[in-house]
Amino acid sequence: MLEHLINGLVLGGTYALIAMGLTLQYGIARIMNLAFGDTIIVACFGTFVLFSGYQLSPLLALFVLVPAGFALSYAIFFFIMQPLVERAPHTAALEVDSILVTFGLLFVIQGILLVVFGGAYTSYSFLNTPVDLLGTTVAANRLSALVLALVLGAILIFVLFRTRWGMMLRAVALAPESAPLYGIDVTRVARYAFSIGGALAASGGVVISMYQTFTATAGVVFTMKALIVVILGGKGSVFGALVAGLILGVVETFVAAYIDPGLTLAATYTVFLGILLIRPTGLFGKGG
Amino acid sequence: MQKNNHKVSGFVRRLGGVISAVAIAVSATAAFAAEDTITIGYAVSKSGPYAGGADMTVTPNYQLWVHEINEAGGLKLPGGRQLPIEVVEYDDRSSAEEVVRAVERLATQDKVDFILPPWGTGFNLAVAPLMAKFGYPHLAGAAVTDRASDFVKRWDTSFWFMGGGRDYTSALSEILLKAREEGKINDKVAMISVADGFGIDLAKAARPDLEAAGFEIAYDKAFPPATSDFATMLNEAEATGADSFIAFTYPPHTFGLTKQAKVANYNPPVLYLGVGAGFPVYPGIAGGPVDGVMSLGGVDPNSELNVAYRARHEAVVGRAPDYWGSVLIYASLEMLAQSIERVGLDRAAVTAELSGGSFETVLGTTKLENNQLRNIWWTGQWQDGQFVAVAPTDRKGAATPMLPKADW
Repeated sequence: MLEHLINGLVLGGTYALIAMGLTLQYGIARIMNLAFGDTIIVACFGTFVLFSGYQLSPLLALFVLVPAGFALSYAIFFFIMQPLVERAPHTAALEVDSILVTFGLLFVIQGILLVVFGGAYTSYSFLNTPVDLLGTTVAANRLSALVLALVLGAILIFVLFRTRWGMMLRAVALAPESAPLYGIDVTRVARYAFSIGGALAASGGVVISMYQTFTATAGVVFTMKALIVVILGGKGSVFGALVAGLILGVVETFVAAYIDPGLTLAATYTVFLGILLIRPTGLFGKGG
Repeated sequence: MQKNNHKVSGFVRRLGGVISAVAIAVSATAAFAAEDTITIGYAVSKSGPYAGGADMTVTPNYQLWVHEINEAGGLKLPGGRQLPIEVVEYDDRSSAEEVVRAVERLATQDKVDFILPPWGTGFNLAVAPLMAKFGYPHLAGAAVTDRASDFVKRWDTSFWFMGGGRDYTSALSEILLKAREEGKINDKVAMISVADGFGIDLAKAARPDLEAAGFEIAYDKAFPPATSDFATMLNEAEATGADSFIAFTYPPHTFGLTKQAKVANYNPPVLYLGVGAGFPVYPGIAGGPVDGVMSLGGVDPNSELNVAYRARHEAVVGRAPDYWGSVLIYASLEMLAQSIERVGLDRAAVTAELSGGSFETVLGTTKLENNQLRNIWWTGQWQDGQFVAVAPTDRKGAATPMLPKADW
């Protein structure tokens, strides 16, 4: 029982880690980024290249790829999203536009990765060592995803709720139309939220590449999983993404252990439907 | 001035390039009209979830084969004439509709001389009716099916090169039975499989074989293809006390299972994994020796033909082929080339030649039985850093299975 709970939390850590970035991009920057998973894959390949080509430990690669993820997302927002943000009459229109643009972006990123790395399965071994956690053996690399999710989640929540800048982010998330009345530069805030989201995606990619096999075209799997977690947790809520990710991990593990591993996907969507029926805005979502 | 000159010469060079490109295009069209090339078309998954499999087993062998033929002056025709191969390639984006559309296009619009098959059992079944309808020989390479004999009746231009699920599972049961009789393993088996084509077929084939051999399948679960965490399944399998763990999986699962088994220090005497365990990158992904791990396929490391093939593959493609399907697919292409050499470009004659002829390939002298290749290694095992064939046990070159598996 405790064993399954721990395994579930470790699995959920991965889900939470990839979802936190998307919740910032979708909830605050209002960009429904369909290329989110592909950003994760870019970081996976980046880690793989640094590790196999330059013998750089993936944990140190974080310090290279997370700022790179931030910079790349900043550039994407500045050059591609900003024109959309400026011409969109309201946030709903922006969401539709951003879906179309990022759908295209997804194929651009995939295409580049295919040209550079080919379509092969990529995987390597790092930190694949057992760690004893309350009597349960877990893989150190998987555990690092949970730890990173909790640490980054805690930092983000602190920033969002305890700093002036975080308050601005929340204001934009809650009322993008009214925020300018208080002197908030909504586009600028959105740009930073999008970039931080990209940095989080990169951190997820670095960690995930240590234990999961990836291909140039596997990004959509991560986008889908992250989207489920984001909607379940309430869009824009970092705490929601964290909790929803962990819940999904635990549910999947319990279903695999006590019912059938074949039903994990069904269980995920059952939880998804159930929670949305009771709380249409997600666990910690505010308004529609 | 110097700089300016440079610019001018650059421009001239580019202009020259354009002119020669146009010239080549024109001559290519002219060449086509006079049948100075043989066009070979194929649709494979270059993107989407099947890209990883196609990129390992299928596409590199097509490239290697075309490269070698063209290096040698082209495909030989009866009478000694040689024509270079021109390739028409499509990405099916891992979509069954797309692969069917592409094959139809290759047959009706591109009017290619021959069509090579896509990757995967499902996709080969999807295009089989079209290939038969348009009269193209269909060399289904990366397709595992127990119903090949039925399919040959239904689509008389189809050829099957990878055997059926039952072939692989009965070879495995034989090995397990022998190990049990020698007292190396108990009579319990834990089996997991991916809930997708390959996993479903192989698990279905394995159940009656294992039960007939007197094994109790103590754990038998299927999991969705998107599964990435195997901690729980391995724990449950281990808890049954089974000495044999069998997983019919795709590469991402195979790699994930291996890593988890290492972390959990799970060392069942028999560890049999699915696609991916026979990839040359497997020991690297596992991060250490993998001796004793079994899977489908295998090679005879002492076969000179095979060693030479692997060296050529590595030299041309830049990486080693897998230890299962690659060599079979390459052999099918060699058979196609030899058929064309004997009977020319008439597709019906080529089909008849493939069906009845005898060929010298990387597998040695090869002859199809009822349009199927049967000269296949069913089970392989990692021994001293090589994935060697261990079944069929009575075939020349088979190694002895080493059980129990060495600890991680």
